Amino acid sequence: MVSAATTTGHAAGRRAAKPSKGRFSRRPAASLALHVTLIVASLCAVFPVAWLVLTSLKPRNAWQSSTVQLFVEPSLANYAQVLGDTAFPRWLANSLLVAALTTVLGVSIAASTGYAVSRFRFPGHGSVMWMLLITQMFPVAILIVPIYNLMAGLGLINQFPGLVIAYLTSAVPFCAWMMKGYFDTVPKEIDEAGRVDGLSPFGTFWRLILPLSKPGLAVAAFYSFITAWAEVAYATAFMTGDDKYTLAVGLAQFVGQHKAEWGLLTASSVLIAVPAAVVFLLVQRHLVTGLTAGATKS
Amino acid sequence: MTTQVVDGTAAGTDPRGRARQPRRRQGRAGRFLTRHWYAWAMCAPVVIVAIVLIGYPLVRGVYLSLTDATEANMGRTIGMNVIPSTYEFVGLGNYVDIVTSAEFLSRLGWTVVWTVVCVALHYGLGLGLAMLLNRPLRFRSLYRMMLVLPWAVPAFVSAFIWRYLLNGEFGVINALLRTVGLPGVDWLDQPLWAKVSVITVNVWLGVPFMMLALLGGLQAIPRELYEAAEVDGASPWQRFRHITVPGLRPVSSTVVLLGTIWTFNQFPVIYLVTKGGPGGSSEILVTYAYRQAFEGIRNYSGSAAWGVLILVLLVAMAVVYRRALSRQGEAW
Repeated sequence: MVSAATTTGHAAGRRAAKPSKGRFSRRPAASLALHVTLIVASLCAVFPVAWLVLTSLKPRNAWQSSTVQLFVEPSLANYAQVLGDTAFPRWLANSLLVAALTTVLGVSIAASTGYAVSRFRFPGHGSVMWMLLITQMFPVAILIVPIYNLMAGLGLINQFPGLVIAYLTSAVPFCAWMMKGYFDTVPKEIDEAGRVDGLSPFGTFWRLILPLSKPGLAVAAFYSFITAWAEVAYATAFMTGDDKYTLAVGLAQFVGQHKAEWGLLTASSVLIAVPAAVVFLLVQRHLVTGLTAGATKS
Repeated sequence: MTTQVVDGTAAGTDPRGRARQPRRRQGRAGRFLTRHWYAWAMCAPVVIVAIVLIGYPLVRGVYLSLTDATEANMGRTIGMNVIPSTYEFVGLGNYVDIVTSAEFLSRLGWTVVWTVVCVALHYGLGLGLAMLLNRPLRFRSLYRMMLVLPWAVPAFVSAFIWRYLLNGEFGVINALLRTVGLPGVDWLDQPLWAKVSVITVNVWLGVPFMMLALLGGLQAIPRELYEAAEVDGASPWQRFRHITVPGLRPVSSTVVLLGTIWTFNQFPVIYLVTKGGPGGSSEILVTYAYRQAFEGIRNYSGSAAWGVLILVLLVAMAVVYRRALSRQGEAW
C-alpha cells in the first residue's frame, strides 16, 4: 500500500473522480468546523490587504488614528496625489523597464538550455543541472559586492543596464529551471515526429516545441518579471538617484526616517499590487507546477 | 506531476545523465557527436552568462573575502583621477574574525531559528489548509483564492503593509488589542516582539505557496488508495500516516528545500519591516552581510566573507538533505 502510494503518487492525470459520497454527507458539526477554520484562515490572509485598500481611501493623515474605523471620508485623494505630485509614475516606468528587459533577456537566453537539459542526455548534463540549482541558493550578499564593484568600474552604477545585468544573474538560471520543468511535460513523441520529418534538433525546438510551450514561457516570464519588479537589495544599493529609483526603493522614501506618508504609501501599494495580483491569480496554478516539477526531477 | 510519467516512458530514467545510446537505431559515433554538439550549443548561452555574470563575480567575491578591501582602499575613479586599489591579501583573516566573533554565533543562531520556525509553520499550516481544501466543499475556489492572496501581492508591498499594521502607535493590530482591553505591544521596537513580528510576516507570505504545492500533491494521490484503506478499517490517522505522508513525499522534499533556501535568504521582509532592528536583534545573516557592504564605511571584504559563509552553509545543508533523502530511497 505504502509503496503503491509513492509510485503512483505522481500520476496527476490518473486522479480518480470525486468521491462517490454525497456532497453533504459530513456531519453538520464537522462541516461547521471546517468552514469556520477556513473562514478564519481566509480572514487572516485577506485582512492586511483589505486594510491597505481601506487606508488608501482615507484622507492623507487619517492613518494617524488610534481607533479602528473602516471608512473615514472615503476618497481617491491619495491616488490623485501619488499620480500627480510624486515621482511615483517615474518609478513605475523605471520598474517596468527594468523588469521587462530582465524578462525578455532572461527568457530568450534560457529557453534553449531548458530544452537541452529536458531532452538530451549529454556529457555535462549533470553539471548544468547542478549549476542551475546552486545558483538558486546564492544569497544576495555573495554577488552584490563584486557586481557592484564591477558596475562601478564600468560606470553602470545608477544606470538601468547595470541593474538588469545584476538581475540576470538570478533570472537566467531560474528561467532555465522553470522551462525545463515545462518542456518535460511536452510529449517526447512530438520531437521524434519532427526528427522523422527531417528537422534538426534546433529546428524541432524552434518550430515545434517552442510554439507548444507558450504557456510555460509565459509563466517563466511572468515569474521573472515579478522577481525583478519586487527586488529590493540590488535596487537599493545600485540606484542612487531619485529619478532612477525602482518602486521598491522609491516607496521606502514615503516612510523614511523623517516623514511617514502612509496615505501615499498605501495608495501606491494598491496601484502596484492590483495588476500584479490579478495576473498572479490567473497563472498561479501553472506557477506551482513549474516550480515543483522542475525540482522534483533533477 | 505528469512529467514523471512522460519522462519515465520516453526519456529513460537515468538520473545522472550519463551519455546513453539513443533508442532509435542511430547509435553510431557520428550521430552521437552531432547530438551532443546541438545540446552544447543550446546550453551555451546560459553557460556563457553564468560564467561571465555569476562565475566571475563569484571568484572575485571569494578573492575579496581573502583581502582587507573596504570603501577606503578600493580603487576608484574620481573625475580625471584614477586612484589605484591599495587593499592587501590577508588570507583567511576575515573568516577567522567572523567565526570567532560573538556576532556570528548570535546571527547564525537567530537565522537558524528564523528558518526552522518559518519553514515549519509554512509547511504545517500549508499542509493543514491543503487538506481542508482537498475535501469536497462549498465555496472551495473562493477560499482558495483568498488564501492565495498573500502570495499574489509583491513581497515588498506586503512588508510595507505589515509595517503599518504593526505600528506601535497607529497600527490596527494594537488598536484591536486596545479595543478588547489589552495593552498594545511595541511590535517593532522590542527585540523579542520584533522577531515574532518578522516571523509572522514571513509566515503570512509563505503559507500560500506551500498550500498550493501540497494541494497539487494531495490531488495526485489516487482516491482508490483511501477507499481501499477505509474498507480495510484504517483510521483517519492511519490513512494520513500511510497514504498521505508517503504520497506527498516527492512534493514535500522539494518545497521544504526551496522554502528553506528562500527563507534563509529572505531579504525584503527583514530589511523593510524592521531594518534588522531594534539594535540589530532581528538581523539575519543575509541582511547583516548586506549592511556591512552598503552602510557606514563599506566593508567589502567582510561582507564578501559573510556571503561565502552563507553560501557554504546552504550548499552543505542541501547536500545533507539530499543524502538524507536518498538514504530513504528517494531519488530526488
